[in-house]
Amino acid sequence: MASASREVHGRLIEALKSFISIVSTRLPDDVLKALRKAYEAEVGGYARLVYQAVFKNLEIAIAKSVPLCQDTGVLEFFIELGRSFPFSIELLKAIGEAVAEATEEGFLRPNVVDPATERNTGNNLGPRIPWIETTLVSGDHADVYLYMAGGGSSRPGSARVLDPAQGLEGLLEYVVNTVVEYGIHACPPLVVGVGIGPTAEVAASLSKRALLRPVGLRSPIPRMAELEEKLERVLDELGIGPQGLGGKKTVLAVHVEYAGRHPATLAVGVSTSCWALRRGHLRIFPDLTYRVLSHGV
Amino acid sequence: MTGLLVTARDAVHARFLVEGVPLPLNLRGLAILHAGPVMVKSGSKWVCRSIGPTTSMRMEYYEYEFIEKTGVKVVIGKGGMGSKTAEACKKFKAVYAVFPGGCGALGAEAVEEVVGVEWLDLGIPEALWILKVNELGPLVVTIDAYGNNLTELVKNSAKARASSIINQLKRST
Repeated sequence: MASASREVHGRLIEALKSFISIVSTRLPDDVLKALRKAYEAEVGGYARLVYQAVFKNLEIAIAKSVPLCQDTGVLEFFIELGRSFPFSIELLKAIGEAVAEATEEGFLRPNVVDPATERNTGNNLGPRIPWIETTLVSGDHADVYLYMAGGGSSRPGSARVLDPAQGLEGLLEYVVNTVVEYGIHACPPLVVGVGIGPTAEVAASLSKRALLRPVGLRSPIPRMAELEEKLERVLDELGIGPQGLGGKKTVLAVHVEYAGRHPATLAVGVSTSCWALRRGHLRIFPDLTYRVLSHGV
Repeated sequence: MTGLLVTARDAVHARFLVEGVPLPLNLRGLAILHAGPVMVKSGSKWVCRSIGPTTSMRMEYYEYEFIEKTGVKVVIGKGGMGSKTAEACKKFKAVYAVFPGGCGALGAEAVEEVVGVEWLDLGIPEALWILKVNELGPLVVTIDAYGNNLTELVKNSAKARASSIINQLKRST
């Protein structure tokens, strides 16, 4: 490698590693705010005890610079590449190395298991993993969104194609039943992502995109915003509460993302996040300086 | 909780009960934790950077037999467990407790020493870690030695509310 490209590589690794360590050790500002609000809604029982442990845990994780949850997940990157950002290929190439180094340094647990061998790869790299989706946009910088997909919180994930006659009521029933059956074990209060579209895989993919939206930001489309509010109300009424020990708040938020559907299909996808929603937004500028926009650090 | 704590999750349960490999240590009267920690090696010593519970429900397939065969007295995890585990707790006088999920830094704070590790070939998260802990908590017992199951109560009540809400919706459309 020529020295100029070595320098580019080094600086990208440094930016990505610093970003991964921040996402592993602290929650994004919006999630923290939502948790504080949910704590205020709880009046007693085990709910308040759980939140006190949660907040103490978050303090320790920052003070000691350790993963706030031991399950640092499988890493999923969603990248918006500005068309005049000069280091697109270099950035995509640096991700794997940064992930392996962050694992070595104890910011990530080695989670990735290769299904063909059933062995843990030991460095969080595996077939097609970390998962990377890229979109080309205008502009001169790169926006890197990271989501740490933990095991417990990914377990309720599902998608299914409903008949249009089942309508939004059918969709609501599907989401509620999914949360009742699996949500209790997935570290509530949850953030629930709902995707709607023509096919199961589009709906599933959009349900994950829904988790990337800042908590508390409503869909700009009134009918979807209404659906989000209704689902939040209904899911809270279930009384599952933090850690499934009973309480007022079962969800921190419900986000709906959608795509046009086929006249004959109404596909719905559900992705859930635990309370410890670890995601981040890193912006890398063309001079390779960077900012973590999701975290006030 | 203070004392000796051994991690055992999916692969440890499966190797012991499905493959029939004897456990490398006697768990009689001890506590297990459903967990896969973040561990780093510092010289010859393992250091625990983060440890909290994993979803216990995945161990529901095995836990009755695990409690029966090992004589373990305390099972710690998150999210609660089902009726078979509750039956084992009643029959063999054990309890299941929840440590708040996601609190890996709080858990690591309670680890005084990583005493040892067995079955490391299963990978760091799945290995059997032997830990000395001091005041690990808070712990909420959700299945007691009489088989009472708090999670089951919360889940059944959520199910009842869900079906009444869904019926209401159907009537209103």
